[in-house]
Amino acid sequence: MSGFDTFWAIYGNLVLTLGTNALLALSIWLTLACGMLALANAAFMGIGAYAAALLTMNYDAPFTVALAGGMIAPAIVAALIGLPTIRLSGVYLAMATLGFGEVVRVTILNTESVTGGALGLNGIPQSTQWWHVLLAVVLVLLVLWRLRRSKVGRAFDAIRGDETAASLMGIDVRANKMAAFVLGGAIAGLAGALNAHLTFFIGPSEYGFDRGVEILTMAILGGIGGLTGPILGSAIVTVLPEMLRGFGDIRLVVNGVILVLIVLFLPQGIWDPVRFKRWMRKGGKRHA
Amino acid sequence: MLQQQFVNALSLGCVYALFALGFTLVFGVLGVINLAHGAVFMLGAYAALSVINNFALPLWAAIVVACVVAGVVGVIIDVLVLKPLRRRNAPHLIPMIATIGVGIIINNGIQGIFGASNLRFPHGTVPETALEIAGLHVTVIELGIIFVSFALMAVLMFVMHRTQFGRALRAIAESPRAASLLGINVERLFLVTSFTASALGGIAGVLIGLYSNALFPLMGQPMLHKGIAVIILGGMGDIRGAMIGGLFLGFAEVLSVAYIGSTMRDAVAFGLLFLILLIRPQGLFGKVVQRKA
Amino acid sequence: MLELKGVSKSFGGLHVLRDVNLSVPEGSIFGLIGPNGAGKTTVFNLITGLLAPTAGAIEFQGKSLLGQRPHRITRSGVARTFQNIRLFKEMTLLENVVVGAYRHMNYGIAGLLLSLPGYREQERRARERALELLTWMRLEHKANDLADNLSYGEQRRLEIARALATEPKLLLLDEPVAGMNTGERAELMREIIAIRERGYTILMIEHDMRFVMGLCEQIAVLNFGKIIACGGPDAIRSNEEVIEAYLGREDEDDMETTGAQA
Repeated sequence: MSGFDTFWAIYGNLVLTLGTNALLALSIWLTLACGMLALANAAFMGIGAYAAALLTMNYDAPFTVALAGGMIAPAIVAALIGLPTIRLSGVYLAMATLGFGEVVRVTILNTESVTGGALGLNGIPQSTQWWHVLLAVVLVLLVLWRLRRSKVGRAFDAIRGDETAASLMGIDVRANKMAAFVLGGAIAGLAGALNAHLTFFIGPSEYGFDRGVEILTMAILGGIGGLTGPILGSAIVTVLPEMLRGFGDIRLVVNGVILVLIVLFLPQGIWDPVRFKRWMRKGGKRHA
Repeated sequence: MLQQQFVNALSLGCVYALFALGFTLVFGVLGVINLAHGAVFMLGAYAALSVINNFALPLWAAIVVACVVAGVVGVIIDVLVLKPLRRRNAPHLIPMIATIGVGIIINNGIQGIFGASNLRFPHGTVPETALEIAGLHVTVIELGIIFVSFALMAVLMFVMHRTQFGRALRAIAESPRAASLLGINVERLFLVTSFTASALGGIAGVLIGLYSNALFPLMGQPMLHKGIAVIILGGMGDIRGAMIGGLFLGFAEVLSVAYIGSTMRDAVAFGLLFLILLIRPQGLFGKVVQRKA
Repeated sequence: MLELKGVSKSFGGLHVLRDVNLSVPEGSIFGLIGPNGAGKTTVFNLITGLLAPTAGAIEFQGKSLLGQRPHRITRSGVARTFQNIRLFKEMTLLENVVVGAYRHMNYGIAGLLLSLPGYREQERRARERALELLTWMRLEHKANDLADNLSYGEQRRLEIARALATEPKLLLLDEPVAGMNTGERAELMREIIAIRERGYTILMIEHDMRFVMGLCEQIAVLNFGKIIACGGPDAIRSNEEVIEAYLGREDEDDMETTGAQA
């Protein structure tokens, strides 16, 4: 076996998870870019995962159709709950979206006939290839990059800066936030669909509070100033547990420690263009 | 049968209320959603269990220890994490994210130390006897929960509304800066509030631990989610809201289990949460106006 | 151009505005003055749709503004600045102004995804226009600085440039010279006249009497939510009710100085 084959045999899943996590981080970046702390993306991931898995398993749908379903289903749900939820600000939005995650989890548990309930779905065909994930990440990055450089990205920045001022600049705040919320949900669903066809088993516990926190950590850790931040954050969050594999339960503690330390010391995340500019102005001298 | 459910509902509601009280106190006074509150709740239960197992302390002493341990942890969280963020004037969602991290640390730390499986209080910790009150079958535990909860709530209401201390807390809840200009030692009161809120959470943890007799490291998480629902229902930062909301949720859950089925039980809290957020986001007693700096 | 008819606003039992009637003619510079707390900013909030009146009608170019959401009102041609500056602090000056051009950019998803000529053309034009507006306000040399780094007076001028970027017909200025020194005020006076010459209508709230008297052709005085006087600068200056509103029952010569300090 060549070196690469061995590498892939051991780390293949990890590399693919790097991709799906990158998608998840980007999905929450969208809503954070609008100034919304929406923590429902784990739930959207779950909806996408179940939708895609059910399409492949029950309807023999081709993989592309399943992926599309995995994006459309959470998008529809996001559109439905979005309108009343978007109106909430700050804390209420965070709590409502956290609560929504629980609603999804409980719904999955209670629709056993369809979703397999607590036992989850087993035997999902492992259709995800590396190039699916790569293509997805590249396409999403491209779309978000173009979005940022257009009036949409500017509208998001304005909304994040000052909603009232933004609306008085002619920006339809509600529509833009909805767009971010729904698109974010679709991307999270895509990640879920890809992930489901990678791990061949999914269960409701995978899309709950812990996953939601993990997604948030990726974005906060990396920084939301640009698109590099979420990619960086997701990479670290994916790889770190592997590196700490020998430490048992400590590695979960480490997730928590990372979150606290980042919030305390690097509030803008690791990839903070503003901080870099400041460093460069000081001739590269470190400043706390 | 319905009458029997009444006692269940009341006990459950009382624990929810106690938990929510601590939660809402921190939000009202410190302006922070402390998502580590579930972990502190769990710590109370584990602390009580530990001292009973290792030092054979009587139950009342164990409860006091739980209270103190939880309270101290609350203070540590405030000093190490919340205070530096306060000093930095961080936007108010940032401390919440930090408390998520703290909760993870505590939950997984306890899991590392005690293991993930369910632990029980040793046999005989609580007398198994039951009483007949007004034709209802009430266990000692339920009685204890109801009694302790109402006593604590009464004390809290008294302190908040009839003492200088309570007035100072309410002033801070309105505007910390104005309060400090009035000579109130805001930082010290933050510490006291953190201690009290976490102590209440810890007591709630012991009580639920005794009631269900099943302790596990993540037992605080479902409580946390319900606590969120309760304080939004009752109005964030409002003490009456936490009490009434908690009791209401207890009854709603027990009734829905009795009439709909046990599987939807957890969904009740969130169903209510969603409804309230749609109709009246500030909850029963909440204020629409945001607090000033 | 802008008509307020019988506009009232109360919050619960608090009556902030009572039966306010205003008529701002097209192409004029109209001043709205009054002691602190009289309700002036509330009038702006009502016009721009941030608040809804309890009673009365607000019409812009003959069409009612009531019930419309703020961004729609801006799109019909009403722009404003804010009393407590609301700039996008983390953006540069140029970016701040470009945000104002939002409603004029109508390239679609395809345009921005594929960088089609329509998209590029509109983006370029928006930037050019933004630079031009910054030049009107003499801020073009700081175009790529962060908005946060400006002095107070410069921030106020940036807000005006940004409001102009929405290509309004009516410009609402909320205390445009607050915090500026005399030299800056004189310059802004000239800039506002220049803006009006270009065809804009201006309605402004101000406390600086010299500024208002020097610029505005018509002035309305608001006190305790009611319009107590409306007319040209001379009429207002000698109006007894106005003097009383500002000073109580004191000497009328003190009015100019007191007004400037308010």
